[in-house]
Amino acid sequence: MALVLNQEQQMLKESAQGFLSEFASITELRRLRDVDDDYSPELWGQMVDMGWAAILVPENHGGLGFGQVGMGQIVEQSGRTLTASPLFSTAILGASIINLAGSSEQKARLLPAIAEGQLTTALAVDESGHHAPANMSLVADKTASGFRLTGVKRSVVDGHSASQLIVAARTAGEAGDSRGISLFLVDPSAAGVTVERIPTVDSRSVASISFDGVDVDLGALLGEEGDGFAALSATLDIANAHLAAELLGICSEAFERTLQYLKERRQFGVLIGSFQALQHRAAHWWSEIELAKSLVLKSLQALDDGNLRAPALVSISKAKLCEVAELSSNEAIQMHAGVGMTDEYDVGFFAKRARPAQALFGGYAYHGDRLASMSGY
Amino acid sequence: MTDLQVFRDETRQWLEQNCPPSMRSPINIDGSQCWGGRNAVFFSDEQKLWMERMAAKGWTAPTWPIEYGGGGLNKAQAKVLREEMGNLNARSPLDSFGIWMIGPALLKFGSDALKKQHLPPIVRGEIRWCQGYSEPNAGSDLAGLQTKAADMGDHFIVNGQKVWTSYGDKSDWMFCLVRTDPEAKMQSGISLVLFDMTTPGVTPKPIKLISGSSPFCETFLDDVRVEKNQVVGEINQGWTIAKYLLTHEREMIGGFGLTDAGSQSLAEYAVDALGITQGRLANTLLRSDVIRWEIDAAAFAMTAERVTDEVKSGQGVGATSAMLKYYGTELNKRRYELMMKFHGNDAMEWESEASNEGWLPRTWLRTKGNSIEGGTSEIQLNIIAKNILGLG
Repeated sequence: MALVLNQEQQMLKESAQGFLSEFASITELRRLRDVDDDYSPELWGQMVDMGWAAILVPENHGGLGFGQVGMGQIVEQSGRTLTASPLFSTAILGASIINLAGSSEQKARLLPAIAEGQLTTALAVDESGHHAPANMSLVADKTASGFRLTGVKRSVVDGHSASQLIVAARTAGEAGDSRGISLFLVDPSAAGVTVERIPTVDSRSVASISFDGVDVDLGALLGEEGDGFAALSATLDIANAHLAAELLGICSEAFERTLQYLKERRQFGVLIGSFQALQHRAAHWWSEIELAKSLVLKSLQALDDGNLRAPALVSISKAKLCEVAELSSNEAIQMHAGVGMTDEYDVGFFAKRARPAQALFGGYAYHGDRLASMSGY
Repeated sequence: MTDLQVFRDETRQWLEQNCPPSMRSPINIDGSQCWGGRNAVFFSDEQKLWMERMAAKGWTAPTWPIEYGGGGLNKAQAKVLREEMGNLNARSPLDSFGIWMIGPALLKFGSDALKKQHLPPIVRGEIRWCQGYSEPNAGSDLAGLQTKAADMGDHFIVNGQKVWTSYGDKSDWMFCLVRTDPEAKMQSGISLVLFDMTTPGVTPKPIKLISGSSPFCETFLDDVRVEKNQVVGEINQGWTIAKYLLTHEREMIGGFGLTDAGSQSLAEYAVDALGITQGRLANTLLRSDVIRWEIDAAAFAMTAERVTDEVKSGQGVGATSAMLKYYGTELNKRRYELMMKFHGNDAMEWESEASNEGWLPRTWLRTKGNSIEGGTSEIQLNIIAKNILGLG
């Protein structure tokens, strides 16, 4: 497949750009920060109306089935505007894992609800500060009527606001085994569930969720018992491809704003963009973003095509985007200098959102190691 | 069956029948490519035969028009030819600055007479070309070149010195930038002229490099007579053609960052050299370096692919050759720097059988030139900053 957007994808990109810059700009991020909210339900409603929650939902479940490349265009634009919404936790993570693991009854019940904006989800995977999906020890013990969950999940995106938790738990084996992992649908208001909201550096939050002997029935099992890792892993690949797309938006916006600044700011009687020291850094930076663009598109296409190399391509993409996002967000601050350090100027916000997006579901070290392990070294 | 499918079948059959067995493997000895020319050195009879057979079909220059000896293939057919040659592991029948550089420039800017005179011998591998661009005082600042061509009516008399002439001592003709208007400033007043290297007053002298080899010459030009009909394009308008050729050269050198299909990846090379412990490359710090290199190399290869696809679909921003040249050559340098590290002290052997007469350290040193020749990395960054980013 040619490494370019088709006409429909291009149109989606442009409409996302228009909508987000008008209704969900960084000014909106400042407003949400002041009222201590992670996202605006009104804005999410508008996104749902535009069909964004339905993009990854198959057509036979009330969705658009538009694919990862299409969704990636929206996510990339949301990186430019630093827009927070349940798009990632629900329309990407929730829709993907239910579609990959769920029974036909579960899909028929939950997927249309996601597409129509009636259901928000949060996926609970990690238990320590570092992403390690097989390394979970939260247990789900068999009971007479179902399972009993005991343990703690951390870094759960939208964990305090979602109406449906999806929890990866161990029904067999030990921490480190990829077998013996099962997925459960858990009601956040169930007895024994305690959700703690923890504000994060990007003016959003994550949740730490304790499960103290939470009883669920057999119907709560998403997919086969002990067999949840494949769907979880595939969902994490999709998630990381989109985190890379978000990071690309962050990189591009930080770069363009800085380039503009180099053409406006005067020192020593000249524009600072006339200094070769800055020109060469800007040119190198631009080159890195060009490489990043290719990877983001390639890995999204690979997911849509069911390419067997998709997991490797996603890890390459996420790793490289972590590196380029670090470069971009840091250069943006350094080249803006003093004003780049101020809260009044937006440009420092790119570093504050980039780092959590980098770390979530594995940063450079995780994905570099994963790539090498997959390649036999 | 489509026309292209018919062409593919015929091509496959022809290659199967005409590509000699020893020409169906990657080139394994440095400098054993076929360069052609009046004093051509062939490593085997089959190499000569392969060049002649391909030249007879015009497939040494597949897309050039048939009237100038080329293959007359369209882009799709040329791609099929490349693919079928790749399937057979067939070597390039002829490597040539004539095919890569002056030929395309003549096709774009040259008169019909010049095309008729020069293109067919290039296709047949009879004439080997070299490039006279840089001068001792005009390297990165190429437009500052001082080689003078004095107007003598029907001809010029050229005086000056060129440097970094690739294979100048082995070439038959030179395409050369000269100053035809001494009054005009910098880029104006430059012309691209062609002359035979056997013309009296032309003296190429090899330069020994840190790698020990001498692929480049300095070329002295003393009262060299150049006929006016050997000017490509208009007199004093040579800079436009020079820039076109530089872009071409950048694209070629930028390709060095791409790992050839079928050749060993850096990771595989590292595993052979260092071994595996508990499923991982034995040296953990070098493992991190290999991972970083492989990620960047994959990103670079996909970017080359994307740029090509964007041009095809009319979405390209253009002017990306500077970026590809910059990134590709830096990547290639990093690759050889790592390969040296994989072998530690053994990598220093310069003359020994075990080291294949110092193949690795010599190649490593040669890669240092990648980010200099065809415009330094710093010049590429200047081009990106000015032409793409609009920083003045």
